[in-house]
Amino acid sequence: MSKDKTLGETLRERGVSRRSFLKFCATTASMMALPPAMIPVIAATLEKVRRPSVIWLSFQECTGCTESLTRSHSATIEDLIFDTISLDYHHTLQAASGSAAEQAREEAMQENHGNYILVVDGSIPGENNGYSTIAGISNKDMLLDAAAGAAAIVAVGSCAAFGGIPKADPNPTGAVSVSELIKDKPIVNVPGCPPIPAVIAGVLVQFLTFGLPELDHLGRPVAFYGNSIHDRCYRRPFYDKGLFADSFDDEGAKKGWCLFKLGCKGPTTYNACAVTKWNDGTSFPIEAGHPCLGCAEPDFWDAGSFYKALSAPTGDIGKTAVYAGAAGLIAGAALGASLRARKQSAVKNHERVTIDDLDQES
Amino acid sequence: MSADGMPVPSLAASAPCAPPTGNLVPLLHEIRHALTRWLEQGEEHVIDLRSIPLAPGEEDSLLEQLGEGEVNARLSISGPSNIIETRYPGVWLITHYNENENIIGRFIEVCEVPGILKSQAEDSRAGLERLENDLSNAETTA
Repeated sequence: MSKDKTLGETLRERGVSRRSFLKFCATTASMMALPPAMIPVIAATLEKVRRPSVIWLSFQECTGCTESLTRSHSATIEDLIFDTISLDYHHTLQAASGSAAEQAREEAMQENHGNYILVVDGSIPGENNGYSTIAGISNKDMLLDAAAGAAAIVAVGSCAAFGGIPKADPNPTGAVSVSELIKDKPIVNVPGCPPIPAVIAGVLVQFLTFGLPELDHLGRPVAFYGNSIHDRCYRRPFYDKGLFADSFDDEGAKKGWCLFKLGCKGPTTYNACAVTKWNDGTSFPIEAGHPCLGCAEPDFWDAGSFYKALSAPTGDIGKTAVYAGAAGLIAGAALGASLRARKQSAVKNHERVTIDDLDQES
Repeated sequence: MSADGMPVPSLAASAPCAPPTGNLVPLLHEIRHALTRWLEQGEEHVIDLRSIPLAPGEEDSLLEQLGEGEVNARLSISGPSNIIETRYPGVWLITHYNENENIIGRFIEVCEVPGILKSQAEDSRAGLERLENDLSNAETTA
């Protein structure tokens, strides 16, 4: 598709009917949690857009975010999204490799200076470049270079948005988020481990149609992160009635009661899982009987046990915090070392590791 | 349980394990208000069912309540879409599927005919061009 043509012109050339386009706009508005009255506005705006260049950089990440976007079952919608952008650089998806790939990135940056969208997944390691480089360029240098000519940056996934798992205690690589390094560009955080595919795609469409979306205090688009999982959870009526599952196999669990006591982080986690759902709208973790882990929130990995209720702070976390306050990070490291030693001993003696043991470590 | 005398299917019967959100009856009232406004003022209304939390089984109860009226149209537009007029004329249920036949959007529209069902001028222009070309080719061949 030529970059000079509008999306409407290109779709017509490809034989995509107006009805198909309207269907795309209706489902996109729904995905973006916009009122149906906005459907004609999206249609009118999207039809006139010219494809912006998108450069996608992957740093300390597991490729789960790209998997999420490309493994989406809504092929029609995502295909159309990719028709609306020119994905000029993406390690995993592009055919070119080595110096040809880097050349494509540099050319796209020069040709579209000041206008391209920079998408980043993965956190950025600290001063030691040895942790992660691409074509001999440190992640930090590549990010600063690419950010300089970007119109806006989309930090996809909890690693790019908040540091994510690479930043988890004890943060061996000194990982930081995009917003800790870039202060002079608009940054849209799309956290989640991984983020919902429709949300990644929806943010890109929203940027194309209405420009920068409205963001909350953590830089997340309000359209997708405006409500907590708990607010939109279909198990909420059980919470309100005080009906909880106390274990994964008790009567409460079988009856689909609230998972709060099993450590559900729904009340403090802001994401669209309960509405958009996963696997093509099939369900989401709570519907499958597992508490929300809170993966779209900052430092979720270090936020206490996944299986302790929010209202019951864990002893270990309290202790770690007190030690850290009193004696710096040494105490946290010492606690970690003692737990590791216990695990090694358990392995050696073939002891069974229980849920309580796992809780001690989290 | 009834809403304005309408029989509402039992939620408990259709989804024994799911707690009802209580959104079903208010939704039916929203449709009733919208239908009244359309009849009196000609104002159209769209409800995005994806934006309303519904427990497993509740959406089925809603569809059961709305039923199927005189029109059932299947569109082939980047995957199928299904448009039915419910048993309340003027209340339409639109379901969009992707090419794998999975639901990607579901709307209730209160109007005379949903816009997406009407012929689109852009497509008609392209169709006219094709028809003219076909006729011109036929004349050349003849």
